[in-house]
Amino acid sequence: MGFLDRMSTVVQAKMNKIMDKIEDPRETLDVSYEKQLQLLQNVKRGVAEVTTSKKRLELQKAKLQMSLDKLDGQAKEALQAGREDLARKALENKASLQAQSATLDQQIADLQDQQQKLMDAESRLAVKVESFRTKKETIKAQYSAADAQVKITESVTGISEEMADVGMAVQRAEEKTENMKARSAALDELLLSGTLTDYSGSDDLDRELAKAKAQSSVNDMLAKMKEEIKK
Amino acid sequence: MIVRILGDGQFRLDDNLLDRVNKIDNKIVKHVSQGNKAEFARDLANLISTVKELAEPLDPVEIIPSDLIIPPSDLSFEEAKQVFCDEGLIKG
Repeated sequence: MGFLDRMSTVVQAKMNKIMDKIEDPRETLDVSYEKQLQLLQNVKRGVAEVTTSKKRLELQKAKLQMSLDKLDGQAKEALQAGREDLARKALENKASLQAQSATLDQQIADLQDQQQKLMDAESRLAVKVESFRTKKETIKAQYSAADAQVKITESVTGISEEMADVGMAVQRAEEKTENMKARSAALDELLLSGTLTDYSGSDDLDRELAKAKAQSSVNDMLAKMKEEIKK
Repeated sequence: MIVRILGDGQFRLDDNLLDRVNKIDNKIVKHVSQGNKAEFARDLANLISTVKELAEPLDPVEIIPSDLIIPPSDLSFEEAKQVFCDEGLIKG
């Protein structure tokens, strides 16, 4: 059996769930339409969830960027104070944060892609639902019971496939955002617990740097005084 | 024939091109059974881009069942294996 046949089986199983247990074929149309409207709401919610997750990651990214800029500044100051060892430490920390930042960029791009796909799916579904509504009224009004049965099966099958597809897309998006939420919460935890803040705003580094700067200004003052005494 | 790429909607594909699609399909089956992750990802991407390139997107106003269902582009290797284990792509 080919891979695509398997995929059809998967989708067919989903469709059967959507269409199950309706006795009166005309009722099928209304029930299906109700389900379509529900699904449209679900997709909208899915889009909102993905958007929220993306914003959250963008915020984290901004925080990381601030830390990166700070480390850069610290490295420069350390060099000016003649402390290459401190500059090296700041740059090492910067490199670690840069790796985190690249991962975040990738995740933000993934969510962006997901968001776009769901939005496209939403607009396709909205068009189909509207088209189904018109069709359903025509079928009810114009067809005899026997002919209607064929038309109903055709359009309900067609729309159920779309619903199975969109339903799966929403579910996949939800799973992805759940995963990302967990990872993003872990990153928040790291930032809070200090594992990452050690890198960024490291107290040690700040203290060492302050000491180095004080030392170099003491040296300057000493040199100045020596000059004055000589005169 | 009507083809659906899950997550991307439906397309109208010339019947003559089915052979080409089937060939890639067979390769994907082989990669999944042999555990070749990289080749699987490459041929899945190849399958989707081939269909997108050769087929016309179907007007969403039309309500037609598809003749062929293609998995979503972000289907992972693990998910592909599940498709073969009768667990389905998504449980429930």
